[in-house]
Amino acid sequence: MEVTATYRDRILELHLKGELDHHGARGLLTKLEREIEATLPAELVLDFSGVTFMDSAGIAVALRGWQRMRELGGCVKLYHVAPQPKKVLEAAGVGRMMTVQ
Amino acid sequence: MQRMENYVTLEFLSRSSNEGFARVAAAGFAAQLDPTLDELGDIKTAVSEAVTNAIVHGYPDQLGKIVMKLKLLENNTLEITVRDWGKGIEDIQQARQPLFTTGGEERSGMGFTIMESFMDRLTVKSTPGRGTTVTMRRRISARIKR
Ligand SMILES: Nc1ncnc2c1ncn2[C@@H]1O[C@H](COP(=O)(O)OP(=O)(O)OP(=O)(O)O)[C@@H](O)[C@H]1O
Ligand SMILES: [Mg+2]
Repeated sequence: MEVTATYRDRILELHLKGELDHHGARGLLTKLEREIEATLPAELVLDFSGVTFMDSAGIAVALRGWQRMRELGGCVKLYHVAPQPKKVLEAAGVGRMMTVQ
Repeated sequence: MQRMENYVTLEFLSRSSNEGFARVAAAGFAAQLDPTLDELGDIKTAVSEAVTNAIVHGYPDQLGKIVMKLKLLENNTLEITVRDWGKGIEDIQQARQPLFTTGGEERSGMGFTIMESFMDRLTVKSTPGRGTTVTMRRRISARIKR
């Protein structure tokens, strides 16, 4: 999967494109952690508009972001989440922990 | 025993690139039941979890054989079986608990929970050192014929 990061006004945005499964998510956790450490943002935005499929691999990514942002006193927002990934997030109880739109 | 109306058997190597293939194959087979987009999404998600488990946990440090069986039973019911001949599970009840994982931090321990909530029925059979068989069933709602 393709990942593009942008940082502005203390908001780190990761734009995800492709299928967020075990195969597609390889290297994504490392990339996420590296970007957070480099920018120490107040808010992490995961832009899901390009995510065509997501399974539990996406849960691990969202939870990792949530955990690190909580340590930094910041928050996580998931934007443009399609019905399929949304259902997976809800089944895992992640929908209650962060903003999902 | 439910009567079988149709079936397809797929055998593939435990490469992660086959996760997407398995999902698409299952969705293609399910198409004959005229599922909604939502139902297709559920089926793909459950297949993805079962196949990823076989790849990641069944064969952690080697490549091995995975067999996925897709069956169409009476009553618009789809049955999906994913089998590996890998490591096996010591304690199935514990493995099925939400958040339980033997994987690293890329895993969330939610795979079985997702399979359970997206399908009507989930059965797990496993023998340590011999492999794991996961069977899932999902009834597809009948839609008004157009
Ligand atoms: N095919 C399998 N072979 C061996 N062990 C398995 C298999 N499937 C599941 N397990 C065991 O069951 C545990 C729970 O599986 P589950 O799918 O619920 O979570 P996970 O795979 O660890 O994490 P996630 O699915 O959220 O990425 C796994 O950590 C593993 O120990
Ligand atoms: Mg799993």
